[in-house]
Amino acid sequence: MTAHLPVLQVVIPLMAAAVCAALRPARVAWAFAVLVSWTVFVIAVLLLREVLAGGTISYEIGGWAAPWGIEYRIDVVNAFVLLIVSTVGAVVLPYAGDSVEREIRRDQIPLFYTAFLLCLTGLLGITITGDVFNVFVFLEISSLSTYTLVAMGRERGALTAAFRYLVMGSVGATFIVIGIGLLYSVTGTLNMVDLGLRLSELTATRTVPVAFAFLTVGISLKLALFPLHLWLPNAYAYAPSAATAFIAATATKVAVYMLLRFFFTVFGATFSFDTMQLGFVLLPLALVAIFSMSLVAIFQVNVKRMLAYSSLAQIGYITLGISIGTVTGLTAGILHLFNHAMMKAALFMALGCVIYRVGSIRIEAFHGLGKRMPLTMAAFVVAGLSLVGVPLTVGFISKWYLILAVLEQGWWPVAALVLFTSLMALVYIWRVVEAAYFHPSPTDEVAAAVREAPLSLLIPTWILVVVNVYFGVDATLTVEVAGRAAEALLGVPR
Amino acid sequence: MSPVTAVVLAIVVPLVGAVAIGLMGEERANLRETATLVSAAIVFGLVLTLTPQIAGGARPELVLGEPLPGLPIAFEVEPLGLIFSLVASSLWIVTSIYSIGYMRGHHEENQTRFYIFFAIAISAVMGVAFAGNLFTLFVFYEVLTLSTFPLVTHHGTEAAKRGGRVYLGLLLATSIFLFLPAVIWTWYVAGTLDFVPGGILDGVLSPAAATILLGLFVFGIGKAAVMPVHRWLPAAMVAPTPVSALLHAVAVVKAGVFAILKISVYIFGTTFLQDVGASQIFAYVAGATILLASLVAFTKDNLKARLAYSTIGQLSYIVLGAMLANSYGIVGGAMHIVMHAFGKITLFFGAGAILVAAHRTQVSQLDGIGRMMPVTMAAFLIGALSITGLPPTGGTWSKWYLALGTLEAGEPILLAVLMLSSLLNIGYLLVIPARAFFAPADPELLAHPVREAPMPILIAMVITASVSIGLFFFPDPLFDLVRMVVES
Repeated sequence: MTAHLPVLQVVIPLMAAAVCAALRPARVAWAFAVLVSWTVFVIAVLLLREVLAGGTISYEIGGWAAPWGIEYRIDVVNAFVLLIVSTVGAVVLPYAGDSVEREIRRDQIPLFYTAFLLCLTGLLGITITGDVFNVFVFLEISSLSTYTLVAMGRERGALTAAFRYLVMGSVGATFIVIGIGLLYSVTGTLNMVDLGLRLSELTATRTVPVAFAFLTVGISLKLALFPLHLWLPNAYAYAPSAATAFIAATATKVAVYMLLRFFFTVFGATFSFDTMQLGFVLLPLALVAIFSMSLVAIFQVNVKRMLAYSSLAQIGYITLGISIGTVTGLTAGILHLFNHAMMKAALFMALGCVIYRVGSIRIEAFHGLGKRMPLTMAAFVVAGLSLVGVPLTVGFISKWYLILAVLEQGWWPVAALVLFTSLMALVYIWRVVEAAYFHPSPTDEVAAAVREAPLSLLIPTWILVVVNVYFGVDATLTVEVAGRAAEALLGVPR
Repeated sequence: MSPVTAVVLAIVVPLVGAVAIGLMGEERANLRETATLVSAAIVFGLVLTLTPQIAGGARPELVLGEPLPGLPIAFEVEPLGLIFSLVASSLWIVTSIYSIGYMRGHHEENQTRFYIFFAIAISAVMGVAFAGNLFTLFVFYEVLTLSTFPLVTHHGTEAAKRGGRVYLGLLLATSIFLFLPAVIWTWYVAGTLDFVPGGILDGVLSPAAATILLGLFVFGIGKAAVMPVHRWLPAAMVAPTPVSALLHAVAVVKAGVFAILKISVYIFGTTFLQDVGASQIFAYVAGATILLASLVAFTKDNLKARLAYSTIGQLSYIVLGAMLANSYGIVGGAMHIVMHAFGKITLFFGAGAILVAAHRTQVSQLDGIGRMMPVTMAAFLIGALSITGLPPTGGTWSKWYLALGTLEAGEPILLAVLMLSSLLNIGYLLVIPARAFFAPADPELLAHPVREAPMPILIAMVITASVSIGLFFFPDPLFDLVRMVVES
């Protein structure tokens, strides 16, 4: 049984998605989806333990030996990403139960869970597979289900947002498949490790750099790297709360993982960073993203959209870490994958609580909520402080490593920018805090009826808040895993 | 009890107290106040049990956890930290007595929240005092900023919000933008952040880099209120008076100057600072702050604002002592932490007493009030004497050593600054009790005579004023502790 864990990680949610579509009433579909997400989480934990103890796992699908068959290959890097994705899934799905009933038409709810599980399948699949075409297949699964999830938002804008995302996402997927095709045409293989071996001899050809360029642009679209980010704010803002919390915490993270996998395992660090000068391409984009998106976030009146822009800035931090190309830089980037997933999911879930009771997430809707929804707002404040990077939260750990990596290069102005943008994060989080704690509540009857969100929403939110603090106080585990992942990617022996 | 247990308990007991206060709530106000007083007494008792051991040379250490590899949350008690914790914990008791009188006499709202955050702030102060490395100190420094914010904005008015924004904005901005990079830079060049006698930076930093790093610390530790990062302190005066008294005359601001002292002694090391001459320029910045703050204080008619600017000047005495980087300077600075604490808290208590009893906030309204509130104004006089540095108060000694420090450093200009500052203090501080006792009374005051402040307030003031006098006659125990810092 345990030998088949790698394939179960993907097959269980895939099968379950189909079953879920047939389940009625909505509550049953929900309970089923929760059960699946927990199973998936347990598998991810077992896989990470196995990888940490015994090294890389290679699993041949259907017994076909690699490189002919499809290989699932799990090392520290993707075991960690699997854990991130499945953790967020396992926390968000229990939360979705009550939240979704408020935001989605009743007859569509089982379909929501189907799409959710498919999205989970796709993201896990991209992460676990060692086959580049398989990456593309799972990418399509996750993308299509994400468009559906976004389109289920209750406002009309959700449809345009989903359509825009569909167009941009398809362009990105096309670029990726073209890149993969080019690689196949010169090497005749789709297996990542095999590609890595063969490509090192073929770098002089014209095809390989072209494939590299197509893949870079395609993946950058998926991870919403500036200036390819325009689809993201509306998609996040209009999707149902539970979907936003899940997608924001996982989808871009998996895209970052794809970036890492292609650049380091397939093309190799030498080709990516020395021949193609990837660092010089990513660095300025990351810096512009960090600064400009933080600035835009400050002026948003819709809090969900504000957090969406904040996500774009945070993706900038992750890309910054990667663009440095050193062990510390990669450690910082991978660490922030986890840390940002935890803080952003917590923040979006707190927003979901507000939507549940108040029905709006414009900044005025927060007036007086500090008194009326104390636990929700406390969760928002703690997760917000984590986003700013206050000590004893995970955000601080990320900032610490990122600045250390930047200082190793002697890039003072970049370190200053990272710190300055932390202050900008403080400003936009603070606007919400001030509205919640210092503005008196509106006096009409609707506002008077607002009370604390139900426990079914609060408990999952607070679990993530506790994670934010726990791994901020004791980051030994995450730092160790991220460090080992960085070393594995760069091929540095321990 | 082992010293390590005492250290942990001193940090945990205020938190337990905070929970107890929350459980009692507004309905059982007397029990709630008991919870505050009991926790305060326990913390002070714990710190007292540590005193003889530290004086005997023990340095209890403890590692709580390791957030980042090689960077533990660790505690180590040494004389400087012990002094700071003694001051903060003893004054917590006194301030609690005072708060009870003040908050009730003034019919403040949300008193439970007030006492809860007060207790959390004290816990953070203990963490700062006992921090065993720079990282731990930074963490508790930030906790202190965040936990005092609800106290500053306690009234919830537009003015409180404005003040709170400046307070939090400036303190967080300086700490994230300057203090944190300084910490990371130190870690990067030294490979450790432990507080080590003699410092950890000797030989790994060029003189120019040392000067820049020291600058990041001096201005990044915004709580020390060296100009131009002092604006948060006057802004924080919108808080209820007990907050201004304990936090913004003692705990918060002293956490700032304490951090600067610790960094000079245990991160840079005074010898290293002297060798590379990194600190001289900041000694002059502190000197300028002393004079400018005193001049601004003259222009303030609001009593609390005047005291705030006086505090800014007095904090720079301690920064000056640290930046002189010789034993006299360090001794003077460390002693001034104590002397200024008792002096200034007396003054703030007085300001609060006048507000509660007479509803007056402006200095110009106080003519003749001393004859109606003799105890209050007598205590105020003693506080003012100590701040000015005149006998028979403890402030005399710290100023004495600071003056010696300037001479040893060969800085006659800074000596002149200290003396001029004393004169200015007489001009803007001592004049207040003088006019209160001897000037002809305000006609309005004659029409509506006022009485002395409530008893708890008077008790608190008399205690702190007596300690100020006591420190003049018996400075030896304090001096012996401080001497251990410079001799190690």
